[in-house]
Amino acid sequence: MLDLIETENLTRKFGDLTAVDNLTLRVDKGEVFGFLGPNGAGKTTTVRMLCCLISKTSGKAKIGDYELGNQDDSLKIRKIIGLVPDSVGLYESLTAYENLDYYGTLYRRTDSQRKESNEYFLRLLGLWEKRDALSGTFSKGMKQKLAIARALVHDPEILFMDEPTANLDPEAAKAVREFILDLKKEKKTIFINTHNLDEAQRICDRIGILNTRLMAVGTPEELERSIHGRKTVIQLKHVNEAILNSLKKLQVKNLVREGNKLTVDVENPGEENPDMINAVASAGGRIETVTVTSSSLEDAYLKLVRENAK
Amino acid sequence: MTTWMPWKIARKELKVISRKRSILIYTVGLPLLISIAFTIVLSGQITNGIPNTLSIGAESIIYVFVVLATVLPSTIAAYSIVGEKVEKTLEPLLATPMTDGEILLGKSIAAFIPPILSAWVGAVIFMAAADYLLLNAGLGYYYFPNWNAGVMLLLLAPLAAVLSIEVAVIASSRVTDVRGANQIAGLMFIPFVVVFFAGAEGIFAFTIVNLLIFAGVVAAVDVALSFLSRATFNREEILTKWK
Repeated sequence: MLDLIETENLTRKFGDLTAVDNLTLRVDKGEVFGFLGPNGAGKTTTVRMLCCLISKTSGKAKIGDYELGNQDDSLKIRKIIGLVPDSVGLYESLTAYENLDYYGTLYRRTDSQRKESNEYFLRLLGLWEKRDALSGTFSKGMKQKLAIARALVHDPEILFMDEPTANLDPEAAKAVREFILDLKKEKKTIFINTHNLDEAQRICDRIGILNTRLMAVGTPEELERSIHGRKTVIQLKHVNEAILNSLKKLQVKNLVREGNKLTVDVENPGEENPDMINAVASAGGRIETVTVTSSSLEDAYLKLVRENAK
Repeated sequence: MTTWMPWKIARKELKVISRKRSILIYTVGLPLLISIAFTIVLSGQITNGIPNTLSIGAESIIYVFVVLATVLPSTIAAYSIVGEKVEKTLEPLLATPMTDGEILLGKSIAAFIPPILSAWVGAVIFMAAADYLLLNAGLGYYYFPNWNAGVMLLLLAPLAAVLSIEVAVIASSRVTDVRGANQIAGLMFIPFVVVFFAGAEGIFAFTIVNLLIFAGVVAAVDVALSFLSRATFNREEILTKWK
């Protein structure tokens, strides 16, 4: 895989405040990478640095073949990226078509290229019939879709999206998510800032959890497993000391008793559960149910963010 | 820097301005109103014949259009830059491969064209009406156009407009609302008003030489401010400190 975004100890300070601290990560070509983090975690600052809108304090970063912080490369980086900021930032007294066309001209697209891409995106997003309506008259969802189209008119190699579904109603958010999934099918490299865990899980190939520092990075499944893997829950008719001792002899992890329910952390339930079931049965336990539960991305996220806050 | 890119920005700005009724009415309406008002004043003054102070009066009136050229562009320039931030359109614009110079030049062109055209149209209407009234009052020749009016309208007014725009750009980088930027840039009319009163009182003569010297001073200030406006337009500060 080819790295399109590569950062090494990227840091940004505002006076005494460190907004982004030693960020090191790689985003592959064609990957959808999500940045999860609470408000003030440095997500927007990171995107602004990567889009050459603000400078870095220290560290290195490359976008494609270009070096962040190099004056000549800044313009080249801005040519290959598209940005959907957290506020849509449309010219409300211009029509949907004019908004797209203006940005097409800023990226030095020819008349025919602009005409083609404007129509393509407006049709794709279901806005073609509204192309001559002022964007100020659009709903939030329509504006957000238009803002995404605006960031794509020059066919960028990387699309940066800062909270693309924030402040949208569920239906509009769903439409935007579906559009992002369509872009994912086209193998577009996308870098998304979000604090919507469900959205990150559904859209992203990999997720980075940021809280000024990068706390963890991996696929949604890897992050879920990284916390405490999975749990086996054994529901018994009754629990006694003999049953508990039989499990302790197996050196199970994090044995917790809640009434007649025992919970144990497991890494490989297929191998560990039969041994536990045998041990419990041998100790006279009458098992009613055995279930395996997984930790969620939310568990992983909250654990990492809370640990960082301590 | 390619020359056509600023024009692309200017064209968009002009389109937006043309749809902002309040800016349009102000920019087009004020010069027209002034030309009509001064035509009425002039017709009142020549009912009993052409006064000896005709040249002072008529050229002071033309100079008013120079003053207008300092007042009108500040509104558009301030809206054009601070308005981008207020309406949150600046971030995606700055993420495009446009340089600060191209953005500022494009916005300056858009802030320059409508006011200067309006000032010229207002002045031409006044000059035509004044010629008609003066001929009927027995002057015997067309008073306008003349060299003084030409220097004022074609040289001093554009330079004054540029001055106003440069100050608006600098103010826009320092304040966070359109009104604030507009008010600071609007102060640029003060030195021009001082010259107006000096002219009307006969302290400053609107001769070609005096007007050319004045234009030279304004041009020098314009050049100095153009460097300053580029230096003060700090995209990072605008993005991170403006809320």
